[in-house]
Amino acid sequence: MADMDRDDLLSLYRQMLLIRRFEEKSAEMYALAKIAGFLHLYIGEEAVAVGAIAALRPDDYAISAYRDHGYCLARGSDPGKVMAELFGKATGLCQGKGGSMHLVDLPNRFMGGYAIVGGHIPLATGLAFATKYQKQDLVTVCFFGEGAVPSGQAHEAFNLAALWKLPVIFICENNRYGMGTPVHRAVALYENVAEAARSYGIMAERVDGMDVLAVRALMRTVVDQVRAGHGPFFIEAMTYRFMGHSMADPSHGHYRSKDEVEEHRKRDPLVLLKQQILDQALCAEADFKPLEQEVGEIVAAAVKFADESPFPEPSALHRDVMVED
Amino acid sequence: MLLSYREALNQAMREEMRRDPRIFLIGEEVGYYQGAFKVTKGFVEEFGPQRVVDTPITEAGFTGLAIGAAMAGLQPIVELMTMNFGIVALDQIVNNAAKIRYMSGGQLSVPIVIRGPGSAAHQLGAQHSQSLEAWFCHVPGLKVVAPSTPRDAKGLLKSAIRDQNPVIFIEAQLLYGTKGEVTEGEYTIPLGQAEVKRAGADVTVVAYSKMLLVALEAADQLSREGLDVEVIDPRTLKPLDLDTIVTSVKKTGRLVIVEEGWRFCGLGAQIADSIYTAAFDYLDGPIVRVTGEEVPMPYSRPLEDAAIPDVPRVVAAVKSVCGAA
Ligand SMILES: Cc1ncc(C[n+]2csc(CCOP(=O)(O)OP(=O)(O)O)c2C)c(N)n1
Ligand SMILES: [Mg+2]
Repeated sequence: MADMDRDDLLSLYRQMLLIRRFEEKSAEMYALAKIAGFLHLYIGEEAVAVGAIAALRPDDYAISAYRDHGYCLARGSDPGKVMAELFGKATGLCQGKGGSMHLVDLPNRFMGGYAIVGGHIPLATGLAFATKYQKQDLVTVCFFGEGAVPSGQAHEAFNLAALWKLPVIFICENNRYGMGTPVHRAVALYENVAEAARSYGIMAERVDGMDVLAVRALMRTVVDQVRAGHGPFFIEAMTYRFMGHSMADPSHGHYRSKDEVEEHRKRDPLVLLKQQILDQALCAEADFKPLEQEVGEIVAAAVKFADESPFPEPSALHRDVMVED
Repeated sequence: MLLSYREALNQAMREEMRRDPRIFLIGEEVGYYQGAFKVTKGFVEEFGPQRVVDTPITEAGFTGLAIGAAMAGLQPIVELMTMNFGIVALDQIVNNAAKIRYMSGGQLSVPIVIRGPGSAAHQLGAQHSQSLEAWFCHVPGLKVVAPSTPRDAKGLLKSAIRDQNPVIFIEAQLLYGTKGEVTEGEYTIPLGQAEVKRAGADVTVVAYSKMLLVALEAADQLSREGLDVEVIDPRTLKPLDLDTIVTSVKKTGRLVIVEEGWRFCGLGAQIADSIYTAAFDYLDGPIVRVTGEEVPMPYSRPLEDAAIPDVPRVVAAVKSVCGAA
């Protein structure tokens, strides 16, 4: 591994750890009814967001589906504002109007989480269209689940992106399930979902989505290529969600076994990276302690901030339906 | 200057595109074909294919793309070959264009115009003859405009393009060839302003788009029979200029609402409700609605004629509210 730099690796680890601990805390807050509605946790998939976003420039665009806390945090959003949004508080990223599935952080160029499966993929091509139109050398990264791949909107977007050589990177997180439906019951070419994009002439590659370094390494190459104007790219990141589809769903049950989940947990992206770091003797086990401590404090502070923040005033109800002139 | 409705739309877009390079036009056949109804004649020659973008037949895809481009600072005009095909893009319009500003707590906006012809032409059958304005009006976050004259078409389209909200701009195939006086040079007509198209003292008729012409003809006929009809065109359906209608109803005490769309949950039902709430005491009798029949549009000419409001039906309705039937 060429890029084995201690601080760099610890920084990736820290970002994944922040997402992990943030999500665990969100689950706790859901159990306490501080968070309501649909809550989809990203636990198990952290390496995809962190690895991919690490290859971006701060002014590149990112957009995703509803399982969106991880991207937002990886883009640099304030965990307090994210947690406050989940709490429905006025200090949330979207002033409590969006909720877990609709985080937006414009200053950090996170253009939103969207809850209609497939519906945000055309938006991503539009962001890329706009950067190309304005001759900006920016790329747009679009995250979605393998469940979105067979949707018509995805296919229309793939075709437009390929047709107009738009600077967009489609990242399909293949976590093997869309709710309770395994990929082989949803996608005709389930052994190679990237064929959906290849059939439009989009270059595609598969990556181990549990290996943050592999994700970042592939993304660095892809980002350079897309930024240089060679058109869109499709990445299939093989990953697994360790928790249920949402808080309404247990981690295992009728559609997948406990054994299966345990098997995948052996390739926990945090454990993998830690092992790589330890194997290279770049740090000792003890060096991870301060990270745990620091991240724990950040997440605790986020909860405190969210908890102590006010709910939106009733006057906020009608604000921002329209742009007022 | 005497212009057709088609030429008025063409001028509006041409002037705005010359003014602001962020404006681009996208849709099926808008470029080299010059528009399915020749509204964009000469555009690709003047502005080039970067700004006059021919698309494949993928309404969801290119509408979504335009919404994404609007989020990133462009000002797209989407031409739907007809509004019927807007149904295919409805997820993008309703779930994205209309909601993104609100869900993001005001961080994002979607300054887009989605335009094309609505309502029936001649014998185009059930799937090409729909008046869907009530669908769009129902959704918070959208503005809806439906001009009836060339002058209004030009002034309102320029305002719609400048508006920072998503605007659904509904034209009509049967209006494209109609001619009317259009002010020379630069002018705009604000969205949300109705116009009294014919002053009268006895009864108020509200009608828009194609039905405005039917209402005016009925008013002419009724004036020969001694009834003085005031005809109001709301022009913008949402936000609706209720004040102008209320002022008229306070004067006449009688109201007829004409629309081509289906009766149940039609726009007239909303206007009637608003007037009952705002001016009940001024009404001398119940509001009467003239609407399209509750059927998929039939192909056969006599059946089609029977399904669409016409002059005799408007005349009869006016007489009935005036107790002169
Ligand atoms: C158009 C649409 N249909 C159905 C749903 C309900 N739904 C929400 S998530 C989901 C599964 C999506 O799976 P996938 O895209 O693989 O994402 P993952 O949850 O695995 O991250 C479904 C069916 C929806 N949100 N949108
Ligand atoms: Mg999935």
